[in-house]
Amino acid sequence: MALNRRDFLKVAAAAGAAGAVDTAHALQREPKTMPPNAVGMLYDATQCIGCKACVAACKEANHMPPEHDAGKSELMWDVPLDLSGKTLNIIKVYQDGNVAQKDREINGYSFVKRHCLHCVDPSCVSACPVSAMTKDPKTGIVEHHADRCIGCRYCVYACPFAVPKFEYDGPFGQIQKCQFCAHLQAKGQLPACCDVCPTGASLFGLVEDLKKEAHVRLSKKPGESHRFARGKLGGNRPTQDGTIANYQKHLYGDKELGGTQILYLSAVPFEKMGLPTNVPEYGYPAITEGIQHTLYKGMLPPLALLAGLVYLVHRNAGKPDESGETPRKTKVKKEKS
Amino acid sequence: MSAHEPLGGRILTKPFLALSALAAIALVILLARFVFGLGAVTHINNGYPWGIWIVIDVMIGTAFGCAGYAIALLVYVLNRGEYHPLVRPAMMAGLFGYTLAGAAVIVDLGRYWQVYTLLLPWYAQFNSVMLEVAWCVMAYIFVLAIEFSPAVLERFGLTDARQKLSKVLFVIIAVGILLPTMHQSSLGTLLVVLGFKLSPLWQTQLLPVLFLVTALLMGFAIVPFEAILAARGFRRPIETRLLGKLSGITALLLAGYLVVRFADLIVRGQLGAAFAANLETGMFWLENALFVLALVLLARPAYRTNPRMMFIAAAVLLVAGSIYRINAYLIGYHPVGGGWNYFPSVTEILVTVGMFSIEILLYLLFVKQLPVLPRAERVTAVQ
Amino acid sequence: MRKQEMSLDGYEGSAGGVTRREFLKFCTGIAATLGVPAMGMQIAEAVTSKQRPPVIWLSAQECTGCTESLLRSTHPTLETLILNTISLDYHETLCAGAGHQAEASKQASMKANKGKYLLVVDGSIPTKDGGIYCKIANKTVLAHLHEAAAGAAAIIAIGSCASWGGIPSSGPNPTGAVGVSKIIKDRPIVTIPGCPPNPYNFLATVLYFLTFNRLPELDSKGRPKFAYNRLIHENCERRPHFDAGRFAIEFGDDGHRQGWCLYKLGCKGPETYANCPAILFGDVGPGAWPVGTGHPCFGCTEEGIGFTKGIHELAELKNVTPPTTYPRITEDKGKGATVTAAALVGGLVGAAAVAGVKFARKLPESSDEASGGRSDKER
Repeated sequence: MALNRRDFLKVAAAAGAAGAVDTAHALQREPKTMPPNAVGMLYDATQCIGCKACVAACKEANHMPPEHDAGKSELMWDVPLDLSGKTLNIIKVYQDGNVAQKDREINGYSFVKRHCLHCVDPSCVSACPVSAMTKDPKTGIVEHHADRCIGCRYCVYACPFAVPKFEYDGPFGQIQKCQFCAHLQAKGQLPACCDVCPTGASLFGLVEDLKKEAHVRLSKKPGESHRFARGKLGGNRPTQDGTIANYQKHLYGDKELGGTQILYLSAVPFEKMGLPTNVPEYGYPAITEGIQHTLYKGMLPPLALLAGLVYLVHRNAGKPDESGETPRKTKVKKEKS
Repeated sequence: MSAHEPLGGRILTKPFLALSALAAIALVILLARFVFGLGAVTHINNGYPWGIWIVIDVMIGTAFGCAGYAIALLVYVLNRGEYHPLVRPAMMAGLFGYTLAGAAVIVDLGRYWQVYTLLLPWYAQFNSVMLEVAWCVMAYIFVLAIEFSPAVLERFGLTDARQKLSKVLFVIIAVGILLPTMHQSSLGTLLVVLGFKLSPLWQTQLLPVLFLVTALLMGFAIVPFEAILAARGFRRPIETRLLGKLSGITALLLAGYLVVRFADLIVRGQLGAAFAANLETGMFWLENALFVLALVLLARPAYRTNPRMMFIAAAVLLVAGSIYRINAYLIGYHPVGGGWNYFPSVTEILVTVGMFSIEILLYLLFVKQLPVLPRAERVTAVQ
Repeated sequence: MRKQEMSLDGYEGSAGGVTRREFLKFCTGIAATLGVPAMGMQIAEAVTSKQRPPVIWLSAQECTGCTESLLRSTHPTLETLILNTISLDYHETLCAGAGHQAEASKQASMKANKGKYLLVVDGSIPTKDGGIYCKIANKTVLAHLHEAAAGAAAIIAIGSCASWGGIPSSGPNPTGAVGVSKIIKDRPIVTIPGCPPNPYNFLATVLYFLTFNRLPELDSKGRPKFAYNRLIHENCERRPHFDAGRFAIEFGDDGHRQGWCLYKLGCKGPETYANCPAILFGDVGPGAWPVGTGHPCFGCTEEGIGFTKGIHELAELKNVTPPTTYPRITEDKGKGATVTAAALVGGLVGAAAVAGVKFARKLPESSDEASGGRSDKER
């Protein structure tokens, strides 16, 4: 009997309506885990003074040009408005009311450092058709390879943190994003931003250690003094004695979207700093890949469907007539012309 | 005798020349795109990395190209042999739609000179929905070309080759039904990874199903739309009865689609979101109102013998499906962090217009030179 | 004759400075000759025509650094000030007399010039245990202050100690040291903090007062705005290094040798209000201030920072508002609709709709009309 798609769909509609909620979780693949030697960064917005040394250092380390934004003011030299093809790391400011006090949500201000979060379950890696985005299995660094990128910009479309940026201002653009100074880390050096940060707001280290440090800071009371490491956590750089601020009692990046290797601490709520908070604890690739794996498990369902189709088409098409037409077997009044 | 015949007639008519002018403008703009970059010619930016070249030229363009898919399904799977005369023009519409979509992709790719990496197996990232879409579309263009080749072979009298082809054509046809099923649904799956960036009015795990069904609906709608246009344009009789029956099938499928669409919204608890007052919800209601309107028009038996109503219904359905895609990819999509603006630039719009003009140009050319349209006698006979 | 003898400018040649020893010798001589305890203001030939306003200088818990700082001024030189411009009726270090003689002349001046004299205070005022930790002539300086302030036209607290307590007030503060403003509440008090303050901050304030007969514009802490309105960070010559992220990490390292920013070493410039980088110290040329010599500023003018925060503790950045060169969390980006593009889209959609309607109107409404047309080979 012919495969009656109409009826199938009717049933599917009912089933889908009834089971839509359950399907949501059934079609999810297993969450990804952090690699064992995952390196990361702890960015403590309360320690950030907005000096932008990290922006300057990042540009130097990655040979990025300055970004004049003539639209805003022709007098400024390097004033990116956001991450872009020329800016892999940026400091943005949150302002409210009369911006009188740092690290205060109402009538205050805070700085936030934005760049690639090197997710544990990166949407960009899942999206890229040609493996131009890869996640290092040991360090977890998400790297981009321009030598195979086709410029489809699906990674730009997919990233929940709006990180990868394509260079539209020339005929031979490429995707640009923070690579966590993988080229410097390979030489045993620190990422440029963590290296230069004067206060240790950008702190490099193993993600495990950074999470422990973050929880120490969160467990202390505001006003308590704390020895803040600078450069690398557990390194031998001089520390600085500061005071614990009134943190939001949450480590951002610990669980969001399956976890990220760049973690954030802040006194101002994270969504006000532009970091999405209405996100699940699994990465979105878990769902897309769940759908894809279910539908295309080892290519068996498509091949099975193909087999069925071949059978049906062959049956319905019959033998070709002398004109080469592929007739069909159902009744049709063939009038001799 | 062949059941199809070239239309003949003058090629360089006024419409043809007008369309050629539009195509020429588009080609000049594309030259600028390749010399100066995407930013010089479009308003695509990093908040909206996909503009109308992807959403209209590719997504809607391929949906229009689903004529071949829809007819193949009807004729060779559901065994509705009476639609057979419509196969060839549908395959051609499909071939043009998909080839032009492929061209639009190449033009839109930021690093088009590396597009061959898509075919290198050691770079293939098998979890990527985009890879699957790319491979399926590439393969499908190839398949459509083969499915259409009988018309070319016939024209040039290559009956021998035709005979040989006919022996294996059923496999090709089967593949030509599998491939669009895969990639048209995947065009929906592409959106799932957006997560919260896509409004809950469109974001659902049923996106592959919804995109597949709307593609099929648009495929079913393109057939009468194009058939009536061609019939009137070339002063041929309209295959009313045939198209009328098609309307019935389309109506059923459309009803099923609307049920699934709204049931999904209700089960996810998102129907309330549709009652805020903003552009997004306005477009949501427009999209669904058009689908409902199309259903109303298609469902009435009286209209199934009424070419005017069939045409209007088909046009409404095509617009509805197009708006669904525009909504899902551009209107319902909210870049992270806000502040991003996108509206196509004049040159961007002109390229899209030019692309579709080329499609129509090719259609006019092929239909006059190759045996694509069914013979008029056969048409009358089948009525 | 006297003018020549009296002329001290160029006396010692270069800086025109006069050693204290010579100065006192001179004054004492004159005073002794005249039998007047105060320095020879009436004697000096360079006395200006109008009467020089009287100044009483009260010293509390001070180190004399503020006076020492004044001695190093060159424009005007201190002697020009005290001999030509003002009548310094009482100053423990500089006055000619001593002991009861000095005290008596102070009382006489205060009485004669009641309501008109300028009171300058340096040093912090001890308040614990009744203020016994600093006594002059068997009276606590606290009492002296109350007495002197009662008849003063205005009060200038020079140095961090008099401004907010300074070094004696840091740590355990065993003497209960406080600044003058904590003691005297009913008079306008100008504070010139610094340890020591730049002499020109004081001199300029005094000369302003003498010229315009009112105090210059003051901030909420009583500091003259012309000197204390800006952070050191805002005027520092090493600011470009801060902005570019070039920091000295250790004393003597490469960055330090190249004069890079000292923020990481604990420079309090970002939270200290003073004009040190602008006017420097000692009139000996550029770089003559702590940061210029390669040592981080420790915030000597600021209460709560100087002598309180660790020298290498990082400074908080006190910007009034973050500068507008930071992008906000959400900025407008991307090109939206241009009029032409919108019109084009509108036009296309409209044209398609009109064409569609026109076409549809012409379509037959039944299949009878539809069939029965000749199959035309020509278009």
